[in-house]
Amino acid sequence: MELSIHHKISKVVVVFMKYVSLLFAALIAIVPLMVVFLGSFKTKEEFSTTKVLELPHNFLNFDNYIRAFVEGKMLLGFANTLFILFFSILATLLTGTMTAYILSRFDFKLKKLVQAAFLIASLIPSITMQMSTFQIISRLGIFNTRMSTIILFAGTDIISIYIFLQFLNNISRSLDESAIMDGASYLTIFFRILIPLMKPAIVTVLIIKGVNFYNEFYTPFLYMPSTDLAVISTALFKFKGPYGTQWEVICAGVIITIIPTLLIFLLLQKQIYSGLTQGSVKE
Amino acid sequence: MDDVTDSKLTFHEMGKKRFSSRKVQKNVVIILFLFAPLLLLIVFTYMPFTDMVRYSFFKWNGTSKTMKCIGVKNYIEVFTRPEYFGVLKTSLYYLVGSFVQIGLALYFATILNFKVRFSNFFKGAIFFPYLINGVAIGFVFLYFFKSGGTLNSILTAFGVAEEKIPLWLNNRSLINVSLAFVSVWRYMGQNMVMFSGAMASVNSDLYEASELDGANRWQQFRYIILPNIKLVVSLNMILAVKGAISVFEIPYIMTNGGNGSATFVTKTLETAFTMKKVGLASAMGVVLLIFILIITLIQKKFFEGKEA
Repeated sequence: MELSIHHKISKVVVVFMKYVSLLFAALIAIVPLMVVFLGSFKTKEEFSTTKVLELPHNFLNFDNYIRAFVEGKMLLGFANTLFILFFSILATLLTGTMTAYILSRFDFKLKKLVQAAFLIASLIPSITMQMSTFQIISRLGIFNTRMSTIILFAGTDIISIYIFLQFLNNISRSLDESAIMDGASYLTIFFRILIPLMKPAIVTVLIIKGVNFYNEFYTPFLYMPSTDLAVISTALFKFKGPYGTQWEVICAGVIITIIPTLLIFLLLQKQIYSGLTQGSVKE
Repeated sequence: MDDVTDSKLTFHEMGKKRFSSRKVQKNVVIILFLFAPLLLLIVFTYMPFTDMVRYSFFKWNGTSKTMKCIGVKNYIEVFTRPEYFGVLKTSLYYLVGSFVQIGLALYFATILNFKVRFSNFFKGAIFFPYLINGVAIGFVFLYFFKSGGTLNSILTAFGVAEEKIPLWLNNRSLINVSLAFVSVWRYMGQNMVMFSGAMASVNSDLYEASELDGANRWQQFRYIILPNIKLVVSLNMILAVKGAISVFEIPYIMTNGGNGSATFVTKTLETAFTMKKVGLASAMGVVLLIFILIITLIQKKFFEGKEA
């Protein structure tokens, strides 16, 4: 009898510890973001007179947001980000699916070499080669243009090829063969039959690349120094200089940057969990 | 026109012609589809690579027309001058951080693997930092660590005397610990979700059976879960080593590599773009690449024949 009471008590303690540790971890994740959120509604005087953990007087004070958007050029940052995202993801999807289609469906002389070329490239981290990539971008005459970032995003992406390849290898070849019997061309097979079937993989790549490109800092920072070309990351980074002491505006800028990510996460939680883990295993 | 000529051919010849036109079509589609991807691959991965290796034997500022070949002098400099090679020890902080991170991720993934109230909320809250823009994270933690910032306010609220609190980012012996903490904060949830995924593939009958045998949670973890996710865990450990030697974003954004927080990559980029020593920076890039390739080879050896 005593043993079972003991057992019960230890079980309660275990359950209690479980929730305490989870709550603690959730707080550590949320509190640093929460205080920034609170700070973003404070006025300049409030900011210097109140503690960071104190609530702002007025949650409808959007002055800092307006300043971040207008003076911090974050609206322009969003426009540039969207423009670059659209074209680089389009290019990534096209090159990724095309490469995967050829590698999964055809045998040809140099196939082994092409496969090896992509595989070896995936081992080379591009951040280590910026000094020589910079020279190439300059020589191509696309330094300080949106093209530089678009082409670097699309050109150095290998993970998506693997995701598409894996997916295509699971689609039966008999589908292609019967279409060939019906006289369909390879282009028809690719665009009309396989691309629609690859939708789940395309969504995965779309999410992974969307999040990665939105968050990418160094490529736009190095290759597009012009203020007019700033994307969200670099527009926010510029707050470091002139707003160095104006934390309330920086806080608003940070929240503006995070909100789209939070919305996407809340909407696509399941796909993000599976997609991002898929993408990182291949790294 | 084609139909007329075709009708004169025998069935066999017709088949042959169709076959050869298929072959032409096949070659056309291969070239058409691989042209752009291969061009991008060559121009933005292999050319930078060969250029970097070439530059590493030269003294060059990146803009002047003259490049002076100096043999392996850049490499000697990388290995002998402590301000270049020495910064690699910064990576140790991040390495320790990532092992702590893997431990925590295993713990939370295991807890969330069993019945927990609000598990979606907890999982989401712990994972979300991984999705946040690195620059935003940088500011969030500059605010977190500054004097009178988030951390200090929490500590004083718990009764810690203000004068006893150190300067988290201005203290050379603490700065890398603080920055490694940011890295753990950022990536722990991603590890946790990966481990959760691997744990989900464990047959749940095993838990019930072991519970009937009187196994406790630790025993379930040790004998059922761990053997099943060993590969994912080891893969993450290797990725952690790679990540630790190529840490860049957090120290670059938050402290610009100052105050003893420089890492090998921030130093390489500073050498290339601030000090304009492209040759030396290239040698650093080659050295880093060799380290990463060695770790990758170990990884390949380790996982050979295993699934992952």
